[in-house]
Amino acid sequence: MKVKVLSRNPDDYVRETKLDIQRVPRNYDPTLHPFEVTREYTRALNATKLERVFAKPFLASLDGHRDGVNCMAKHTKSLSTLLSGSCDGEVKVWNLTKRECVRTLQAHEGFVRGMVVRYCGTSFFTVGDDKTIKQWKMEAPGYGEEEEPLNTILGKTVFTGLDHHQKDGVFATCGQQVDIWDEQRSSPIRSFTWGVDSFSSVRFNPVETELLGSCASDRSIVLYDMRESTPLKKVIMTMRSNTLCWNPMEAYYFTCANEDYNLYTYDMRYLDRPVTVHMDHVSAVLDVDYSPTGKEFVSASFDKTIRIFHKDRGHSREVYHTKRMQHVICIKWSSDNKYILSGSDEMNIRLWKANAAEKLGVLAPREREAANYSQKLKEKFQHHPQIRRIAHHRHLPKSIFQQTKELRIMKEARSRKERNVRKHSKPGTVPVVSEKKKHVVTVVQ
Amino acid sequence: MATPGEQTVKDAHVGKKKKPPARYWQDDVEQTEQGLQHRGEKPQGKRKRKHEEHHTNEKNFISGKLDPFPGPAPVPEDRVQKFKRKEKTKKPPREHYKLRDIIIRSEEASEMAQKQAARFDLLLPEDAGFLEGDEDEDTCTISQEDIADAVDITSGAKYFNLKLSQFGPYRVDYSKTGRHLLLGGRRGHVACIDWQSKQLMCEINVMESVNDVKWLHSETMYAVAQKKWLYIYDSNGIELHCIRKFNDVLRMQFLPYHFLLATASATSFLQYLDVSVGKEVAAICTKTGRLDVMCQNPHNAIIHLGHPNGTVTLWSPNQKEALVKMLCHQGGVRSVTVDRTGIYMVTSGMDKKLKVYDIRAFKPLKSYFLPAGASSLSLSQRGLLSAATGDIVQVYRDVWSTPVTKPYMAHRVQGTVWGLHFCPFEDVLGVGHGEGFSSMLVPGAGEPNFDGLDANPYRSAKQRQEWEVKALLEKIQPELISLDPSELGQVDHATFQQRHQDRVQALGFDPLAEEKFVPKYKKKGRSSAGGVERRKRQVAHEDQRDVIRETVEDKMKVEKERKEKEKKKAALSGQTSALDRFKR
Repeated sequence: MKVKVLSRNPDDYVRETKLDIQRVPRNYDPTLHPFEVTREYTRALNATKLERVFAKPFLASLDGHRDGVNCMAKHTKSLSTLLSGSCDGEVKVWNLTKRECVRTLQAHEGFVRGMVVRYCGTSFFTVGDDKTIKQWKMEAPGYGEEEEPLNTILGKTVFTGLDHHQKDGVFATCGQQVDIWDEQRSSPIRSFTWGVDSFSSVRFNPVETELLGSCASDRSIVLYDMRESTPLKKVIMTMRSNTLCWNPMEAYYFTCANEDYNLYTYDMRYLDRPVTVHMDHVSAVLDVDYSPTGKEFVSASFDKTIRIFHKDRGHSREVYHTKRMQHVICIKWSSDNKYILSGSDEMNIRLWKANAAEKLGVLAPREREAANYSQKLKEKFQHHPQIRRIAHHRHLPKSIFQQTKELRIMKEARSRKERNVRKHSKPGTVPVVSEKKKHVVTVVQ
Repeated sequence: MATPGEQTVKDAHVGKKKKPPARYWQDDVEQTEQGLQHRGEKPQGKRKRKHEEHHTNEKNFISGKLDPFPGPAPVPEDRVQKFKRKEKTKKPPREHYKLRDIIIRSEEASEMAQKQAARFDLLLPEDAGFLEGDEDEDTCTISQEDIADAVDITSGAKYFNLKLSQFGPYRVDYSKTGRHLLLGGRRGHVACIDWQSKQLMCEINVMESVNDVKWLHSETMYAVAQKKWLYIYDSNGIELHCIRKFNDVLRMQFLPYHFLLATASATSFLQYLDVSVGKEVAAICTKTGRLDVMCQNPHNAIIHLGHPNGTVTLWSPNQKEALVKMLCHQGGVRSVTVDRTGIYMVTSGMDKKLKVYDIRAFKPLKSYFLPAGASSLSLSQRGLLSAATGDIVQVYRDVWSTPVTKPYMAHRVQGTVWGLHFCPFEDVLGVGHGEGFSSMLVPGAGEPNFDGLDANPYRSAKQRQEWEVKALLEKIQPELISLDPSELGQVDHATFQQRHQDRVQALGFDPLAEEKFVPKYKKKGRSSAGGVERRKRQVAHEDQRDVIRETVEDKMKVEKERKEKEKKKAALSGQTSALDRFKR
């Protein structure tokens, strides 16, 4: 007779001393783990609910400006530094970790229109309503020294926007025309005009560094190559675009914030139709900024909300609002992809988390593992009706909720009317125009 | 556990023609040939990734040596098969490149997980028990005393008898980890024991008849079905609840992942109690008389009930009717049990038959005749079947795959057997009978390697508390109980019509139905009957008009083409006869 009976040595399964962690022997045999799908579903449901419970995106409010915040600039080298310019010509430098203002300077008379930090991070430029471009040192002046700009250029007309080249000492301003300046000279090295118009913003492409894009008040978006003497091409839309932002990872793509409540992502090679139309705002969109990963962008709107969009989805994944936040004028996504900064009409700068339910600070390895696991589960079961309902639900202020409803009704009515017109006219005379094509008037080469 | 894989590895690659060059370390080329081929073969015919290719190519070291074992170590095919969840999905066509990419990626991930799990399987520490007789010796003739003498002391101590002749016969239940034993005597004696250390946790007499006992999710609480009501006690024997909603309970089953206690009563009610919140989830009147045969399917949490008319019915808490009714025996059903993979159901009946069913297809597989008939059945984790006939307990092996003639083991106890239960993760069968309780050694019954996060026999109190919180957090809702537990992970293929029908039924009207066109009433004689009809005709079949127009146009076109072809044919065929002039 040969016999063997299961006999385990408890020492192999129990920790040796109280100072050890417990032993957890594993066996991944599927028959030992029944109901794996339903249990995972339950976990995913719990994770989704917890995400909504922990979604507290608002971190801090930086107050100190005496007028509405008109523009902001990220520091190129330091994560904790933010610069902001207000409507009374004051510029403030903030320390974000301490959440306090470290320096204040009266830069302009009237609005500070634009602001940018030089790529090296040692100085920054401002433009204002007083027709000047000023360059300032990043360090505060020493004791007894006066606050003075390094360099001042007096222009002929008002400047409305400003951006700096990624690697060279060249910057661009916009106003009645788009000017390219060399830092060493007091007159522009190149100016671009195309028709009579004024420009509201200009941006350098962060990848193809010689390319620029600008938004004009004649409802067009104009693209330039700095190496050429004439603009590349422009697209005219049905409504004016306020700002544009290039995707920092995909050189061809940019997104513009439009007055018609939408954002449009374009491929600069094919301007005749946008790649995606991002809808959800219920008022004019004033500013847009991409995350450093290029996967998402954040938009600020006149409807007192901030929305976060995925770069190729038509609707937002997140909306931020508070009772006291008024029209949001400018927005920035921090360079570490974790925070969002918004400057609004009522003189405050607000600091938000980019991922509302994220836990801040250093995570323990097990914590991070658990977070990754629940993230994956949420992705896996995202289309189940119960989970989708919870994940998509957002509380909105009553006015915005009503406006959304109103807009939806208006849109339905319009499409119904169009359908009826098509039905009662000669076949082929009223073609179906897609939502993407609807907003583009022409493309001029 | 480590042996069965090897054979298939060799077999799977015999077909290869390519012969590798002779190596200096090879004494016997024949032997190593196949292993090498196996390694070399891998990347062929598969989607190659750059790094993968780089990995499997035989590297040349600076010294000129060749790596004798290039690439990752092979994993036995049958072990990978064990962790396979489903067949590969058909790849969508190239134009759906995004979906295609998602599917390819997820499949790669699951394949990797499969391989890793299979590799980890080789490292499991324990092997299953076995019992082999000498030549001309049947294993069923080996007595328990011989086995207990032959094995080590701790295992030998697992064979013991408790002589409790006063309050018997006894029902038996082991906790989910297999550490704790619960005994319930017919005449009111309830005891729970840490049976490995033989420590008595509590012992009470409820002064009432006891029909069944069951551990709840952990060893701190258990349920006792007494003469009238259902009671919950804790491990110190303190009565926690008396549940008056559950009366005359005869049998109980606990669904550990749903925290549901299912009870079958003498009044033919099947009731579900959610023990985490203390609410009755469902009460189903089965209308089939006294319910004293019950078991659960551990794979999908469906309750099986046996009835005196020979049928077995399957129940879920979500439906007032039985999911399935199977006629299994000529006489009444005496006992039912389901194996843990949820594939096989074993029943025994008054017709002295023991039958094995495939409950995925609801088909009989095997039928055995037991001279005395089996009064109670129990299946172990590794698929051993124990059947009690009178005072003899027989254990069978492989009842569903090969026709069994002899039992694997047999043992006689003092009194008539009342309850049988295999201890999880141990080679032990607990038998409750008229004269007390016996613990039998059945080598090869228990799963050798437990999962520490699921049911850990060696867990501390702290670990148990931690586990309890986790288990409660992922409690499965009773609505999710269905015949196929993986249904939730599949695409809902219900047709639009089906869903529409459900919606119509739920709403009471058809939301998509078109309103009937009622012409406006017009004055001055313009709403004459003829006029109204004409106006109705103007909008009749408006939605179908385009389609009709198109089909008519298509038909005309085809007709025209056909005519032209005929004409051409006639012209080509030439030969005009004299009579053609009369053709029209």
